[in-house]
Amino acid sequence: MTLNTSRRGFLESAAAAAAVLYVGVRPDGALAAGAAPAQLNPFVKIDADGTVTAIVKHFEKGQGPATGLTTLIAEELGVSMEDIQYEFAPSDPSRYANLAFGQMQGTGGSTAMANSFMQYRQAGAAAREMLIKAAAEAWGADATELTLEDGVIKGAGQEAPLAEFVAATAQMEAPAEPRLKDPSEFRLIGNASVKRKDSLPKTNGTAMYAMDLHLPNQMVAVIIRTPRMGGLASGFDDAGAKAVKGYIRAAVLPNQAGVAVYAEDTWAAFQARDAITVDWDFSNAESRSSDQIREELLAAVNAEPEYNVTGADHAATTEQIEGAAQVVEQTFYFPLLAHAPMEPLTCTIEADADGGVTLHDGCQFPTGPHMALAQIFQLPMEKVRINTMFAGGSFGRRATPTADYQVEAALAFALTDRTRPVKLVWSREDDITGGYYRPAVAHRVRVGLDAAGNITGWDHRIAAQSILKGTAFESMMVHGGVDHSSVEGVADTPYRIPGQFTGLTDVAKATSVLWWRSVGHTHTAYVMEVMMDEAARAAGRDPVDFRLTLLEGGGDDQQRLAGVLILAADKGGWGSAPEGRSQGIAVHKSFGSYVAELVEISGNADGGVKIEKVTCAVDCGIAVNPDVIKAQMEGGIGYGLGHAMRNVITLTGGEVDQFNFPDYEPLRIGDIGAIEVHIVPSAEMPTGVGEPGTPPSAPALANAIAVNGPRVTALPMNLNGVSFA
Amino acid sequence: MALSLKLNGRTHQVEAEPGTPLLWVIRDELKLTGTKFGCGVAACGACTVHLDGQPVRSCQTYVEDAEGAEITTIEGLDSKVSKAVQDAWVELDVVQCGYCQSGQIMSAVGLLSENPKPTVEEIDDYMNSNACRCATYQRIRAAIQRASEMMEA
Repeated sequence: MTLNTSRRGFLESAAAAAAVLYVGVRPDGALAAGAAPAQLNPFVKIDADGTVTAIVKHFEKGQGPATGLTTLIAEELGVSMEDIQYEFAPSDPSRYANLAFGQMQGTGGSTAMANSFMQYRQAGAAAREMLIKAAAEAWGADATELTLEDGVIKGAGQEAPLAEFVAATAQMEAPAEPRLKDPSEFRLIGNASVKRKDSLPKTNGTAMYAMDLHLPNQMVAVIIRTPRMGGLASGFDDAGAKAVKGYIRAAVLPNQAGVAVYAEDTWAAFQARDAITVDWDFSNAESRSSDQIREELLAAVNAEPEYNVTGADHAATTEQIEGAAQVVEQTFYFPLLAHAPMEPLTCTIEADADGGVTLHDGCQFPTGPHMALAQIFQLPMEKVRINTMFAGGSFGRRATPTADYQVEAALAFALTDRTRPVKLVWSREDDITGGYYRPAVAHRVRVGLDAAGNITGWDHRIAAQSILKGTAFESMMVHGGVDHSSVEGVADTPYRIPGQFTGLTDVAKATSVLWWRSVGHTHTAYVMEVMMDEAARAAGRDPVDFRLTLLEGGGDDQQRLAGVLILAADKGGWGSAPEGRSQGIAVHKSFGSYVAELVEISGNADGGVKIEKVTCAVDCGIAVNPDVIKAQMEGGIGYGLGHAMRNVITLTGGEVDQFNFPDYEPLRIGDIGAIEVHIVPSAEMPTGVGEPGTPPSAPALANAIAVNGPRVTALPMNLNGVSFA
Repeated sequence: MALSLKLNGRTHQVEAEPGTPLLWVIRDELKLTGTKFGCGVAACGACTVHLDGQPVRSCQTYVEDAEGAEITTIEGLDSKVSKAVQDAWVELDVVQCGYCQSGQIMSAVGLLSENPKPTVEEIDDYMNSNACRCATYQRIRAAIQRASEMMEA
């Protein structure tokens, strides 16, 4: 990052806000400071009274950036966590792009901390140096004598709160190279006692989610969507709805994807919707069932793959397996899954006085809906604003390449006279039946072992419904026909597997599909780690030792994977399960982080399995907020295990069979006895934690079940031979 | 129809159709949004409020049936038990996305009000129908135990 040496651009309105210090990034990427927020879009704002505010460019769905990015500013600036506030950034990719995504502002791929770590520290450090410089000038002291800690500048026999020097920084240039703290100086980064910034409002009911917004004179809109992908609404009968008090009207959406139903409030909208019948044109609609999709996927993994993912010599791999002393072979199937975030999808659009619009949303990928709304309303980008609110979970669902629900809201708003804000509300039934699922996937793996139990070849074929093909992300994330999200975790495994071949075949989607917490790793980790167990068992080797052998002699990647495996095995008492209990272990790298999990169960598949304890070890580089990391591992484990145990989305004739939580039963409090998380100390750059806890959980459970029960190769487990206590 | 609701210690005159879930009167009419909509079928507990001190699912409670009862929402919690629960929630940083937590807290207050020293099994049993998609369950369990300790102090 180059640093600003010019004040051009932020002096224009300096007088208007002279007593406020902003430090941030200019459109050209340089660090900049000054008193004109419109020019700077800063990461840190300091008011005249000394109030420090971190501007958080990532949305908060519970994964912790409101705490994490604020910690980075507080650490380098020199204020306590109690004395710093935060607010969410506006939508402006020229300032707030995710550095991992190029020119796009958004949250995903467990990148929030990784891409912000240096950027936010530099912004905080620059602000600190400017305040110290101002104090040094005021006191006639040398800046090197002064310190800023807990919001107080001290030195040269003087002491004063930073607020006294905010005004003096208004005409100051940002330092060319602010000095960042050495890790030995960290007081907040890595401090396990740093608290979440959002606990209190989320504990007393004051936290505002998009679902909680109530603008004056707003209407509520709900959509009657096509029950089958590709169906088109051609008309409707709302005679019954007219009896519903508060019903306003209904209208077919311009893209015919459904009918918008407008009402004065949410309950009236739901009631009216139930009373409306829609005429559907299903001539081009999907009609396959999930059983057919499953057959297509299984047939595909038993045929020659469409793509050779890594360019490995398939014939050689086949030969190595054919000539092996023994062959271990399994076929796997993973069903469609819904994300089902706790807050159903919702957003509100209102007209602004200048002819623009504002979207109020728990917005995960601001740039997508920003561009979509600009197009729909034929507005320049600067007249579309996004107010990012708390999001009640996402797990990937709020980030669609199509900006699906924001577009629905925009279309519904566009059909009105635009004098009343329109709040789009999804019900839970809309959510469960509404598509954008984790794709259905099949794998077939054949592993050859020599007489000594060493792997001679690994033939791994995947058939999947591509998440990225046909989307705006295709050019970025699909290469040579291969959607990397279908094969990540297999094709790039850190295991040093001799004769590894990875093949991929795409199968046509029967419904819309989307990334789901940990994306391809949701299935690839399961297959890799279950096959490791199968191969170890066939080789007569301990599963941990067997894996470590495949990591021996490797580099950093292999050592870090081995490190978490050893730590989880050690802390979880691998090999010394109490009487009546079974253990399974799995380890996986995803999103730059290494996670191992040891699952200990009681009971068995016939009589009922109970998950007694999960021991997790994670290496995610520098642990900025250790307690947030632990929470993300706990949550990621629960998310992975709950779905593996009992969740599935099925289709009959193209229509989704499930409707709501009673038939998409969430993980419950009693399902997991205890979770213990251990963090590997590290000086490496921080990597992701939102997703990496999920991948190893299900295979570790499967491996524990297989100790005295069936080898589960199709999910969910409760429909494939496993009962739970 | 016109109704009189006693909510968080105050009486509110509201207008609602018979059969309207109490949830939507609280959220859309009274604009108290701490009580959440999660499923609408009493399967997640995000909408939990107290009627005369008892946790109920407001999405499945008709507004007319709540007339005459003392309704308490997350915004109206004000007791030794609720203070202990909310303090414990903050101390242990239970929340992630936070959307279910009002309901979790209303249920936890209900549990500790009738059973100040619950066992782990009793906690799991009582809290079983409050879903948390972020899976903060380990901390919910620990926070209820911590609140129980605080109540003794």
